[in-house]
Amino acid sequence: MAQIFHRSSNMVARFSIVGAVILLGVLTFILYEIALSPWYTNEHATLQQPVPFSHRHHAGELGIDCRYCHVDVEKSWYAGVPPTQTCMTCHSQIWTNAEMLEPVRASYRTNVSLQWNKINELPEFVYFNHSIHVAKGIGCTTCHGPIATEPMTYKTGTLYMSWCLECHRDPAKYVRPESQVFNPFYQQPTYGAPVTFEGVKYTDQASLGRELVKKYDLQTYQYCSTCHR
Amino acid sequence: MASEGSRKSGIAVRPDPLHGSDPILAPGQTLGSVTEKISSIVIGKGNTTPGWIFGAFISFCLLMLLNTVITLLAIKGVGIWGINIPVAWGFAITNFVWWIGIGHAGTLISAFLLLLHQKWRTSINRFAEAMTIFAVMCAGMFPLLHMGRPWLFYYLLPYPNPMWLWPQFRSPLVWDVFAVSTYFTVSLLFWFVGLIPDLATLRDRATGRIKKIAYGIFSMGWRGSAAHWARYEFACILLAGLATPLVVSVHTVVSFDFTIAIVPGWHSTIFPPYFVAGAIYSGFAMVLTLAIPLRKYYHLQNMVTERHLDIMAKVMLATGIIVAYSYVMEMFMAFYSANQYERAQFVERMTGQYAFVFWTLITFNLVLPQLLWWRKARRHELTLFVVSLIINIGMWLERFVIIVVSLHHEYEPSKWFMFFPTKWDWATFAGTIGMFFLLFYLFIRFLPMISIVEMRTLVHETSETGPHSSLYPVPPEA
Repeated sequence: MAQIFHRSSNMVARFSIVGAVILLGVLTFILYEIALSPWYTNEHATLQQPVPFSHRHHAGELGIDCRYCHVDVEKSWYAGVPPTQTCMTCHSQIWTNAEMLEPVRASYRTNVSLQWNKINELPEFVYFNHSIHVAKGIGCTTCHGPIATEPMTYKTGTLYMSWCLECHRDPAKYVRPESQVFNPFYQQPTYGAPVTFEGVKYTDQASLGRELVKKYDLQTYQYCSTCHR
Repeated sequence: MASEGSRKSGIAVRPDPLHGSDPILAPGQTLGSVTEKISSIVIGKGNTTPGWIFGAFISFCLLMLLNTVITLLAIKGVGIWGINIPVAWGFAITNFVWWIGIGHAGTLISAFLLLLHQKWRTSINRFAEAMTIFAVMCAGMFPLLHMGRPWLFYYLLPYPNPMWLWPQFRSPLVWDVFAVSTYFTVSLLFWFVGLIPDLATLRDRATGRIKKIAYGIFSMGWRGSAAHWARYEFACILLAGLATPLVVSVHTVVSFDFTIAIVPGWHSTIFPPYFVAGAIYSGFAMVLTLAIPLRKYYHLQNMVTERHLDIMAKVMLATGIIVAYSYVMEMFMAFYSANQYERAQFVERMTGQYAFVFWTLITFNLVLPQLLWWRKARRHELTLFVVSLIINIGMWLERFVIIVVSLHHEYEPSKWFMFFPTKWDWATFAGTIGMFFLLFYLFIRFLPMISIVEMRTLVHETSETGPHSSLYPVPPEA
């Protein structure tokens, strides 16, 4: 009787045992890496906006406070997108004929809001509150990244639950003095550039964070219902 | 080639010295005849009989019904079933517990009895194991469908994820995932390893090229060398050792789904042994439900003898008594605890809205099986078949009573509500029965339903020439 299988099929069969395990592991790894990649999460990707608004210019170079435009950040879950009137407080006086700002003036004339495209969009099943975070020493740039250096705004986190939990499991790694919350250039303390809090100089985040967590009574809940209400 | 050799040999089975005219293998069998008999069902000509086609077609229709239900469930959600608060588990979990319990007999026969050197298991273990695997597949569908979003089933597994979430390891529902998936994996491996020499026999006897290649791939290059046999035996014993604790552990974990909760009628330490006994009870009933028509239709009375039916009926009787004892103890403990909620629960069971279910359960599970005390009933095919069907139904009702009746009558009277199954509840259940039987029909058509290798061994051990025949030089016994 002729052989059905070639001799090499023995080797194929043996390799397939190891191969299946390796394949499964590699596949899991690849899928995980894809899920974390900016290609999938849109991290660092800018969106087309009606007006190419630059946070670098306004918040960085001009030093306008965050709260000048995002007025509700201390009172509400929603930081707020400014109405056209807020833009016009300055732009009725300067750059009044700039072509780039025509949509703003059109909006002002017609009373139709500008439609900005949302960068940091949380799913609807997540409840997030800005006011409690800024009240407890979590700065704007902790989540929104180096906003004062971004000519076009982009997302600087994955917005995955792991991203939230990283701080919720250990807020001492990120907390800063309340006076620094709206400082877009705040840097965590180092030996060369210490941070002063209540008259004490701190040279590292670990000791500052420990002190602030105690002072602000930080209770970072990890119950499911804290965010998934 | 092993099969070539066995066909030539003329070893005949002598009467079993211990049981005289009542052997576990009818006299007159040879190595060749058992091989021929079993493998001809699979690779002989004209085996796709009208009866097989009819049965498989009905099962296929039911499977399509299941398909319809799953599609509807994906679109509309679990609301198509009759479940609601307080009876959120309903039919889905009843069916889950029932199916997974059925599987236990297969593992008991194949693993437990192998370690105990019970020779009568050889002619029934293969299809009992197949039954286990198919039953676990049916069982596994229910928790997934009951989630409402079955495509998110992987949330049950601890896998690396960007949510930094683990399953709740303190929940018995997560233990269930591990228990059932381990059970399925070990059962499948055990079944497959046992099949390898038989697949090689089929490969060697097959005539068509496609059959040769298909059986060839799955027989994994089996040549029947001494090294192969040594490893085969070792793997079988090892897997039997792994599977044996599962006979006890899987249904214990399933019972934890209930005992960990504080629902009156659930929160009881008697549940694990009670569930395991019930599982083996219903499992043996299912083995008999399958074995009796099989041996008749395929004329296997020489291999699945009356003594097999007798022994299985005795196992049912024994486990049935344990189950009866559990029922009585459950009620006694409710009375003895002096806990008003426990007492109310059991009064509700016996006299409440679902009392007819409870009394049917008692009749089916406790009263009617007492028929098996008579030897004639144990050996009468039709009687035994009817009793095994009745036990199957009775065990399903038992799970219904535990789950639905307990939930519909919890602590607060304001939360007492009835559960009424919808047509889709019944359709899901019927659909899994169709899936089970379709798989079983495919199994008996494409795989040897009795282990050829073990039957040859049995012929060899019970042959007139004895195990040390010159035809088969075997090493001295260990």
